[in-house]
Amino acid sequence: MRSRYGNPARTAWLVLAGLVVFMLVLAGCGSSSSDTTGGGSSEEALQKLGKGEGEVSLISWAGYVEPEWSKPFEQKTGCKVNNKVAGTSDEMVKLMSSGQYDGVSASGNATARLVAAGYVSPVNTDLVPNYKTVFSDLKDQPYNTFEGVNYGIPHGRGANLLMWNGNDVKPAPTSWNVTMDPKVAAKYKGKISQYDDPMSIAEAAVYLKAHETSLGIENPYELNEEQFNAAVELLKEQQPNVGEYWGEAAKQISGFANGDNTVGTTWQYQYFALKEEGVPVAASPAKQGFLPEEGATGWSDTWMIAKNAQHPNCMYEWMNWIIEPKVNAEVAEYFGEAPAQEKACEETKNPNFCAEYHAEEPDFWKRVYYWETPLADCGNGEEDCMDYNDWVKAWTSIKG
Amino acid sequence: MRLSRRAQALLRFAVGAALAFIYFPLVVIFIYAFNSSKILAWPPPSLTTEWFSKAFENEAAREAFFTSIKAGIAATAIALVLGTLASLAVARHRFFGRETISFLVILPIALPGIVTGVAISNTFTQVLNVPLSLFTVIVGHATFCIVVVYNNAVARLRRLSGSYEEASADLGAHTWQTFRYVTFPGMKSALIAGGLLAFALSFDEIIVTNFTIGAGEQTLPIWIFSNLFRPHELPIVNAVAVLTILISIIPVYLAHRLGGEDAAAPGRGGGGGVETEATAVP
Amino acid sequence: MASEAVLERRSVGHRLAGLFQGRRRLQVGALLAGPVGWLVIGYLGSLAILLITAFWSVDPLSGLVVKNYTLENFETLFNEPVYREIVWRTVRTALLVTITDAIIAFPIAFYMAKVASRRGKALLVVGILLPLWSSYLVKVYAWRTILSSDGMLHWLLNPIGLDTPGYGMTAVWLVFSYLWLPYMILPIYAGLERIPDSLISASEDLGASPFTTFRRVILPLSFPAVVAGSIFTFSLTLGDYITPRLVSNEQFIGNVIFNNIANNQPLAAALALVPIVVMIAYLLVARKLGAFEHV
Repeated sequence: MRSRYGNPARTAWLVLAGLVVFMLVLAGCGSSSSDTTGGGSSEEALQKLGKGEGEVSLISWAGYVEPEWSKPFEQKTGCKVNNKVAGTSDEMVKLMSSGQYDGVSASGNATARLVAAGYVSPVNTDLVPNYKTVFSDLKDQPYNTFEGVNYGIPHGRGANLLMWNGNDVKPAPTSWNVTMDPKVAAKYKGKISQYDDPMSIAEAAVYLKAHETSLGIENPYELNEEQFNAAVELLKEQQPNVGEYWGEAAKQISGFANGDNTVGTTWQYQYFALKEEGVPVAASPAKQGFLPEEGATGWSDTWMIAKNAQHPNCMYEWMNWIIEPKVNAEVAEYFGEAPAQEKACEETKNPNFCAEYHAEEPDFWKRVYYWETPLADCGNGEEDCMDYNDWVKAWTSIKG
Repeated sequence: MRLSRRAQALLRFAVGAALAFIYFPLVVIFIYAFNSSKILAWPPPSLTTEWFSKAFENEAAREAFFTSIKAGIAATAIALVLGTLASLAVARHRFFGRETISFLVILPIALPGIVTGVAISNTFTQVLNVPLSLFTVIVGHATFCIVVVYNNAVARLRRLSGSYEEASADLGAHTWQTFRYVTFPGMKSALIAGGLLAFALSFDEIIVTNFTIGAGEQTLPIWIFSNLFRPHELPIVNAVAVLTILISIIPVYLAHRLGGEDAAAPGRGGGGGVETEATAVP
Repeated sequence: MASEAVLERRSVGHRLAGLFQGRRRLQVGALLAGPVGWLVIGYLGSLAILLITAFWSVDPLSGLVVKNYTLENFETLFNEPVYREIVWRTVRTALLVTITDAIIAFPIAFYMAKVASRRGKALLVVGILLPLWSSYLVKVYAWRTILSSDGMLHWLLNPIGLDTPGYGMTAVWLVFSYLWLPYMILPIYAGLERIPDSLISASEDLGASPFTTFRRVILPLSFPAVVAGSIFTFSLTLGDYITPRLVSNEQFIGNVIFNNIANNQPLAAALALVPIVVMIAYLLVARKLGAFEHV
């Protein structure tokens, strides 16, 4: 029996469906996403510092924003610090895309992407007095300066560590083969801890650069197809031995603390946290530069300011504060990284800190391959390197 | 139903095993909340109540708790309104696409949370240019809470005869009066049960919230997530979880009491009452 | 006089309500405008805007969506075997969890509906609902510590020669079955409650053994309720990414979507279509089986 109310109701449904289709068409033609393929931000840097806005929202790596120095900052400037800890650069880029944050401590595999996407503004270093005394080999680098324009304030730099449980892993490893060579890694099957991020492909490339010289790997982030496939293959062979892929620093801490993991890539933050808990962890010693024999991937981080940040003045205050000599010294010693501020070396509790961490030795850092955004442009005239999308897809395949 | 001795024993065993399975991790959480060591080795070396006092003192936890309450109340209110409206239309009228409504209403909760979260978040930030905040969280929560209220309300309306409403109209009451004096009182306990379940859903939700919340605020699940892996904060998280369970005994008991009052449902066989609806669609 | 007494002024609200009197279409329209507008324009519209990006591509450097139509995302999903494995792994786990929960839930739901005293029933309902209020995250993390290599299970099982399964697919199956169990128990309980005791007595009077009564009366009548419960166990497992991340290294559909949503939204959207299509198909089947009356 046909309902008396059929036709008007049917019309109503059709109208609704039409509205949805209309929205789709709008989305397709509208300007909700940018059509640009790269290109820097056209936003001008802040010209003059004004009054603090009372608040600042940051995205940072674990251990970068701690009460030890964020509370004094709040008292001094009146800017309350809201901090979100992110585990990977991908997470940082995603958070920045929401436009909800004022700044981010970005590594090299995020900075170029943030600039290309237009999520960050240039930084007017004249408004950051402490910038004058930042180490010169951190200024105007390809990861913080784009087309001659400065996009951030250096925070500090370090190398990724090889860490192991001294009770379970003997003898003390001097090479990455303990996690990268399938034969050696098999000894620790199910106990290896690997960073859950496509940057791990660069770790494999660093290993292959030393052990498979026929591949001719120069820069572990600029890999042609052959080099890339070799690195991916190595990681696929590693996968059955991996106990846990850690995407958050704290997850790795709990993994080592309860014995689920005994060896793997880490940051100094986890290393010191575990030592404090009394877990018998060890890492490549200072006399080796904290590096296994092949060298290591690492990072040189930059504080960047969001485009259309809601609290730009507080953000500039923060950027100046974090490279204040006393503060940068605290920051560096807390995390275990080389400071960005020259004068911080006079303020560290351990007088040899800067020497141990090679803060003043530009040559040392040639063995540390800072995280970078892989691009198709190999930088040597070739254009057939694998880009970041390839890295991400490969990482999904590696984990299986 | 007559069951043999053996069948009865087996049944009791199955029930006991299921209950043990359900409560065993909760007991573990409970014990860890009193654990004196920060590293969660088993068994815990000794017990302490300091985490509970620390939980009360923790400002972020307190704020997160109240933010969750605010969001839950707002989302539940919206879900109550929208769910009731939809249920009245479906249970009391016939129209083209009536069957589709049930389908539509269940979609937000049946599709993966990450899809719902990202879709809503994208629409707000990119299409509408509305910044993320507690408001966007509430919109997200209300969307998947509608179904809980709707199902309870429809189930109840189907059991209440429509003839009461017709009689009321015949006696001269207009539509709003009929609703207020006849329909609503009949639905009330079903709506309360549905509302409580909706609140519980919103209170514990993490995935959609993760994508729709702004930078400066935290709901309780967000706070828990950010502290879950931090060894220094984890014991407080366990204490907070235990406190939440204890506090929630009140609303759960309330929901059951309301069911007890309305147990009389002739012709349906067996009790049921509002519990039958309170259990409809977590 | 009498005529004046009859002509009372009607309030605005009264007049407004009178507008709806007898006009069913207007009533239905007014009732549905809010919910359907919210769900169709707001929710489905948002979904559509997200899912259409599955047909677009992305700029590899900036991660921004580029609006030229292409099927390359679907090609990636079809050609790379890993995505098929991940989808199959997720669907397989969802089915396994659903079956496990149905098996565990049925006895306890039956006991609650047909055997327990009134007070026992009330206690059990409260007892089943209470764990739903404890935080999902804390429960999963508790399982993480229970399953760890020197956690509670190890401590419990080691003396008898067994050991914790550790992290992995077994852990994921265990934890998912644990988490969604109440969502299966409650609809089955409600469905069993609706089976009149008289039917069961009649079956027994006609000479059926308890098992036959169960098989030929109770099970068919409660089957739609089981399907209703399965909607939740299946959909919640299908979309979850937090549990696999916390108690295993396995990638589920949700994990891959989560990992790609930032830098390759088109691929994530394309992959998101899979659980959406699966769930819509599941819901259609469930509706046919009568589950929507029991949900």
